[in-house]
Parts: sequence; C-alpha cells; structure tokens
Amino acid sequence: MTANARANILSRLRATTTQGSFAVPDAPVIAGLALSLEERIDRLRRMLETMHAEVQVVSSSAWLGALKARLRARGLNGLLYGAETPLGAALEAAWEDDLPPLVPYSESVEQCREQLFHIDAGITTTRGAIAENGALILWPSAAEPRLMSLTPGLHIAVLEAGMIFNTFAEAIDQQAWLQEGMPTNALLISGPSKTADIELTLTFGVHGPKELVVFILT
Amino acid sequence: MTKTADVLAFERNVTKALDDGQLRRNLRSAMTTLSQRRRALFADVEAFEKLRTQGQSIRRRALSRLPELLEQLEARCTANGIQVHWAETTAEANAICLDIIRRHGAQRVIKGKSMVSEEMHLNHFLEEQGIEALETDLGEYIIQLDGETPSHIIVPAIHKNKDQIAHLFHDRIPDAPYTEVVEELNAIARQELREKFRAGEVGVSGVNFAVAETGTLCLVENEGNGRMCTTAPPVHIALMGLEKVVEKLQDVPPLLRLLTGSATGQPITTYFNMITAPRRPGELDGPREVHLVILDNGRSSIYGDPERRATLQCIRCGACLNHCPIYTRLGGHAYGHVYPGPIGSILTPQLEGLDEAGVMASASTFCGACEEVCPVKIPFTEILRMLRNEAYARGESEHDVKGHGYRYTTVEALSWKSWALYNTSPGLARIGSQILGKLGQHLPMIGPLKEWTRTRIPPPFAPKSLHQLAQERGLDDDR
Repeated sequence: MTANARANILSRLRATTTQGSFAVPDAPVIAGLALSLEERIDRLRRMLETMHAEVQVVSSSAWLGALKARLRARGLNGLLYGAETPLGAALEAAWEDDLPPLVPYSESVEQCREQLFHIDAGITTTRGAIAENGALILWPSAAEPRLMSLTPGLHIAVLEAGMIFNTFAEAIDQQAWLQEGMPTNALLISGPSKTADIELTLTFGVHGPKELVVFILT
Repeated sequence: MTKTADVLAFERNVTKALDDGQLRRNLRSAMTTLSQRRRALFADVEAFEKLRTQGQSIRRRALSRLPELLEQLEARCTANGIQVHWAETTAEANAICLDIIRRHGAQRVIKGKSMVSEEMHLNHFLEEQGIEALETDLGEYIIQLDGETPSHIIVPAIHKNKDQIAHLFHDRIPDAPYTEVVEELNAIARQELREKFRAGEVGVSGVNFAVAETGTLCLVENEGNGRMCTTAPPVHIALMGLEKVVEKLQDVPPLLRLLTGSATGQPITTYFNMITAPRRPGELDGPREVHLVILDNGRSSIYGDPERRATLQCIRCGACLNHCPIYTRLGGHAYGHVYPGPIGSILTPQLEGLDEAGVMASASTFCGACEEVCPVKIPFTEILRMLRNEAYARGESEHDVKGHGYRYTTVEALSWKSWALYNTSPGLARIGSQILGKLGQHLPMIGPLKEWTRTRIPPPFAPKSLHQLAQERGLDDDR
C-alpha cells in the first residue's frame, strides 16, 4: 500500500496540470543582532525572567555555593544528574549531606521510569543559549538523557556565558550543527512549562518542569 | 451533502453562533488579546515586512522543489533510523497508525496536538478499533472531555470560559473538586495526565517543520506534553501534511519566529523540539521506534495548479483566524469542518471538494485582513475569488478544483448571458433602461431579488440612464 502511495503522490506532484509559474521572491538580507557579551547576558536574563525562569549570573568559582544555598532547606527528594559529565564530577566533589541526594541517571528509562517521574529536581548542562529570543540550547546525550530536563518539577540548567549567541541562526552556524550532525534530540527551552489554553490566562508548570533555574557562569 | 444542505447547514450554524452571547464574549476577549500581543511583538513594521518576505520566500522555495525535498527528507530520515510511510488518503494514514499500534500491542496512545490527526479523525477511528487516544495538550484535553472538536487551530478550547471548564472538570474527572481558579484547573489536568505519560505505550504528534537536509522533525509547544509524547513512550508516530517540508536547517529560525509571533505574540515557545532519530545505541531514553507518516489527502492536486499552490505555504499560525471579522464573531465550530477561518475557507474546499465545503469560500468579506497579517503572504483573496468562480464552472474549469461547477444552474447561466447581450446591444440597453427607469420601483421582490433585499434596501432606479443624460448635454456617442 505504502509503496504505491509513495509513487502515486510523487508522480502527482511532478505533473503540474495547468500553465503558470510559481515565483520565488528574493529573501531580503536581515541583519541579525550584534550584541556584546554583557548585552547578550543581560538580554538573555531579561527574556528568561519574563518567562518566569530564575536566572543567576555568577562566577564559575562561586556557582556551586550558589546552587547549594538554593537547594538547602528546600526538602527536595533528590537531584537527578549525569554522572559521566564534568558537571557531574564537580557536583559529586562538592556535595554535602544536608543537600538533596544526588541521583545519577545511569540506567535506561525502562529500568527507572518510576523514579524519573517522581524525582523533584534535575540538573543539566546546556550547549549554549540564544539572546534574541531568550532560549537555552540543550543537546541531550547518553550522559545527559532527554527526560532529565522534562520529568522533574525543578530543572536547573548550567550555562557558560561565552556560549550565548545573538540569534538561533548564529548558533546553528557557529556551532556547526550541520557539519557535526544533528543529535537524536535537540531542544530550545525558554522557561518552565506553561499554558494559556484557559481564557488565555498564562499559567506556569503544566506537564514539564514547574520551575526553571538558570546559572549563567561568567 | 447536497449543495442546498451544505448552504443551509452553514447558515444555521451562523445564526446559532451569532445568537450565543457567551461564545461571542469569550471570542471577542480572546481574539483581541491575541491580535494585540502579535502587534506588540511585531511593532517594527518595516522589520516585520522583511521577515515575512523571508518567510514567504522560504516556503515558496520549498514548494517549488517539493517532490525532490520529500525524497531527500525520506532518505535522510531513513538513514537516521526514522521509518517513513506515505499515505494518499486519511484512511491510509489511519491504517498505517493502527498497524504500528497493533504491532506493539498497545491499548492506548497519548497525543500531542496535531491538526493533521484531526483531519484524519484519528481519535474516532482508533476508538472504533478499541484503542483509546488521549489528547494531552490542555486545550485539546478540555474539548475531548466534552466530546467536542477544536474551534481554533492554535487555542482549541478558546470558545470556552473558565466557568464552563470548571463544571466540565468537576463533572467528568473523578474526584475533581469544583474550582474556577485557572491554576487549580491546570493542576488537575497535570495530575490526571502525568500517570498517562508515565505509562504511555505509543506517542502521536504532529510536525511543524520537517527539515529535508538533516531529516529533522521540529515541534513547537509550551506545555511539555509534546516532549512527553515524543520522548517517554517506546514508540513515536509523527504525522505531517506533505507541504510541511523545508529545505535547510537555516530556514527554520525565521519560520519559527514568524510562527510563534503570529500565533500568540511570543518571541519563542517554551519548547522547540527537534527530533532527528530514534534512541541511538548507548542512549538511555527516547522512543526505540520513530515513524513519520506523510499525508497527501488532496494536497498534491492543490500543488498541481501554481495559483492554488500558495495555499500550501501555510505554517498554521492561526493569525488569519484571530484577525478575521467572520471568524472572530462565529468561532470555529460554525464552519463545520476541521480547519476554520480564512485558511479553512481556502484549504477545505480544495481538500474536500467544493460540493462538500464550497460554502466556506463564501465566509469572507474580502476585507483582506488575513492577507495583511499572514506571515508567509498567502494571497487569500485571490484564492477565495478563484474558488467562488470554480463553484460555477461547469465542465472543464481553469483550476480544476474538486467538485467545481456545483453551484451552476441553467437559470443563473441564462441570466448572465442575457445580461451580456443586453449590455452589448445598444438598442436593447436603451429600451431596457427606459423601461426600468419607469417601472423599476415596482419590480416584484421574488427569487434572488427577495433574497438580496432581505438585508438590503433596494436602491431606486434613476429615471434617466447615464447614456441619456450624456446625450442631453450634447455629448457624442463616439467620444
């Protein structure tokens, strides 16, 4: 059935029934944003905050302290992390007993589905961010699987300030997405999950994380 | 449906919608808000014009190479491990889905928002086969609970207010307390659906853009339910109309900006989800199988005519709905078909046939608001006019729209022939205009005249024709 469908559809598309032309207008050149690093950090922060993300700009040496201060006393049942990443190693080295236990995502989802859907928080790295529309870039991997940034109610994302690009197009270009080959799943994330499906009233925390905390490391 | 039944059903729907004060209030508030947000985001008119020319160019470039790009998309997806299926009709697409679902012994599918699945009536079809199809987008979840269909392509439950939703949740969801607080309603839905995501066997989604050069399926959403449906279950089925393909990855950023900005005035949605493969070796989650179903359902015949082809530029942002004086007063259900508003009025008659849905092309004042806001510059009014002409074109027609000529009547054709004869024969026109000048006021209001004057005051005929007046001033016929 499908083989015929394919041939039939393609042959119909190749047979134009009437005369006439289908002009393609020239695409105008649009100058993208060209902001300084400071401006990119500032714009990203503002846009993320508008979308109810919490953003903390902090030095690479002080950020773990800031993270711990934020997590202490929140009574979270665990922090999901990727043990095989440099971030994971840094967390393990710095972790203390009065903090929510670190839970590595190390088995396939079939083995740990229950836990994934009940853990309170998850922490991931990011591949970069986009200043123009205020979004983080995530490329989940074997070391940091896809559900880490989705099932926990609190998603903590760690971003190197130097990886903030002006625009989405610039990120694709400068990070050589095409040359490198697309990952199984790439994501842009601009805040905690939200909906406006009831009377257009904006509400945060639907099926994805209810909170997004972003550490921008300078 | 016969043509009279079609017209009458639409008129009945219109009257019903216009009489529904609650619906009118819900719509007015929502449509005003959506259009204001869009205007605020695209406040720089000159920059917006450039951006939408870019959007138009990208979409038309993709369409001009559509068969090649679909083949490229298929080849890339296949190389990435995504299984590609082609369906000529919605029945074929449904059968493909059912086959995949059955193969995995699944009893339930969880669905992200997809207008193509609405076009397929997939939920209904699966239910007949004993498979539950659960909508997980909050708006879709609400209307599914009430046994309704979407009234808007972006905000499907926009015709309902929170009181109505409060009653619905309380009545239909076991143990749900009565609350009119939007946050609490939202929390109820979150809790209800979370367990379903955890246990989901097959996830179904739509596709916003499919990138040919990389074989990447892009999905735009805010709630996280789309990511859930495409990440948590072991199988993911993505459904797309064959026009959704774009050539390059770099075509995506401008289209994404145009889509989210035009739809809801957002600079970007919470999630932009780019899927290129099923779970790869060593990866710990994500579906083990990803299927892409490419649906034709009449699109290839639209493609065959260059003038009609512009219909396929659409990126389904819904801006034409939000700005349409007809849609904003009726809502989506009155149109009686899956795609409402201006895009529905040009798309549906071409997909289903004029004899089925031709009346939708009459749901326009030709004000052109849809054209002004369209992020990819679809020439709505040209296509509407063409469809209205096709409705009367008997025999072979210029654009060969399915069901053309369905409104042709011998009486009407004769009337126009007489009109042409009258106006091209000076003698006839002279005598006729003299008679009408004297007796025009007393024409019996029957037939089309009765219909026409139902809502209009008939203008008086001038006692003398323009020709007569000109002659009296001494003007020569030949000058």
